[in-house]
Amino acid sequence: MPRSALTGTRIRERRAFLGLRQAELARRVGISPSYLNLIEHNRRRIGGKLLVEIARELEVEASQLTQGAGAALIETLRLAAADHQAAAEELDRVEEFAGRFPGWAQLLADGQRRISDMERTVEMLTDRMTHDPFLSASLHEVLSTVTAIRSTAAILAETDDIDPDWQRRFHRNIGDDSQRLAEGAQALVAYLDDSSDDAQIRSSPQEEVEAWLRAQDYHVAALERGLPPSLDSIIAAAPDLTSAPARDIARAYLTRYRQDAEHMPLAAFAEEVRAVGAEPGHLARRFGVDAAAVFRRLAALPSDMAPGPVGLAVCDGSGTLTFRKPVEGFALPRFGAACPLWPLYQALSRPMAPLRAVVETAGRVSQRFVTYALCQPSGAAGFDGPPVLEAAMLILPDDPDAAPGVPVQPVGTSCRICPRRDCIARREPSILSDGF
Amino acid sequence: MGKHVLLIEDEPNIIEAIRFILARDGWRVDTHSDGRTALQAVQARAPDVVILDVMLPGRSGFDILKDIRALPGLSGLPVLMLTAKGQSKDREMAERLGASRFMTKPFSNTEVLASVRELVEP
Repeated sequence: MPRSALTGTRIRERRAFLGLRQAELARRVGISPSYLNLIEHNRRRIGGKLLVEIARELEVEASQLTQGAGAALIETLRLAAADHQAAAEELDRVEEFAGRFPGWAQLLADGQRRISDMERTVEMLTDRMTHDPFLSASLHEVLSTVTAIRSTAAILAETDDIDPDWQRRFHRNIGDDSQRLAEGAQALVAYLDDSSDDAQIRSSPQEEVEAWLRAQDYHVAALERGLPPSLDSIIAAAPDLTSAPARDIARAYLTRYRQDAEHMPLAAFAEEVRAVGAEPGHLARRFGVDAAAVFRRLAALPSDMAPGPVGLAVCDGSGTLTFRKPVEGFALPRFGAACPLWPLYQALSRPMAPLRAVVETAGRVSQRFVTYALCQPSGAAGFDGPPVLEAAMLILPDDPDAAPGVPVQPVGTSCRICPRRDCIARREPSILSDGF
Repeated sequence: MGKHVLLIEDEPNIIEAIRFILARDGWRVDTHSDGRTALQAVQARAPDVVILDVMLPGRSGFDILKDIRALPGLSGLPVLMLTAKGQSKDREMAERLGASRFMTKPFSNTEVLASVRELVEP
């Protein structure tokens, strides 16, 4: 379908700028003035040869008539209509609507964006409410204190013949509880204030490390050199790594990163990816490494060398996510457990068996990704020790050629914020399907 | 002597307020604050009605309710559950485990008193 987003409006404006009459332009491109009028009022779509001819007569590139802010407006309106049956039925008139009522269209688009932002905030806060022990305990404390104050205040207000001793006692209780409430509320506000910037609440050492890696796009350039600096010097130069546990996690990550860089030198690896693609099996054979190492290397490629956005999720044997590099459209939960249908967890149940799956995420606009997953021992437990496993899942943009005929697996982020109804793997109700 | 209520709650000033309201209404009020020994307290004191907080030190009110309902002779004991979590799943859990009533904090004194009265004299 052509995306002529407000093209008609631009044609009209350009024609007026050139002082060209509508009938004259119509004559030059071989259409009737009434048809051009419909185009200019966004009531007819335009594309192909006619668009090129009109652009030529208006002395501009055709793309100048079809691209720009108007396209973003139309896209947002399409998104708004996606979940609304009546609007979806009129989707083919979206450009006409935006052209005839630009103010209302912008209002609707702004509202849609605001709703999306608020939904993300609600998801994040609910996720935190559910899984952040500090927040949960703090809110419980505040509610309990409010209850005590309310009950005591009601007694004082509603009991005319209260004994003076009881009265003094309740006054004292209210005073104590008020103080406690004030302190609890201040602590809560301070906690939320600290975490409101960047929408990233670094409540764990793992999150400190992830924030540090995110800031450098998950690529540690210093470790790509032939003679890299010491890991300790890299860590010492990282102000984001404020806690000792975070520095320990970073050290383990960098140790592995350096090994991967030695086995798969950046230039050779990037060239191989460029030449033959990002199929991990091929790259593992080419460089003589296991597929999980290839996953990590692909996720650490600079964006100008990567085959598109690359995500990576790693979990231990308990299913806890120990590393998260999300990609747009495939969120990885910050708290609590992820979607049990992820190939990551299927790999966990079948150690050493590589998996490839095309997944489709839940949400207003579903997206497909090709995922590769593998589970293998992560440490030498010996013959008598328990097996210690680690699974990794690489997330690549969907490519029908890369995984032809592979059935599509619907997945979510985590049950709490997943809108899929009747999911066989659901653990708990969704705040979305509950109409939070 | 009035009817007997056992209040299992760990917040001292909530205990004091509820005790005052119920006592003025003619109830005999016993209190208990430790989740780990709450079941024994219920058995030992044989109240007419129990007010049970969900978030208790040592043991959750849900676990205590489950044990109460499993004991012969206590399956019909009226239990009013109190919680600071008003989520539907907590309410569903309370109903599933056999709570007679469910009330979220902050509640009003009138609601608590009315509920306790209704549980004993429906």
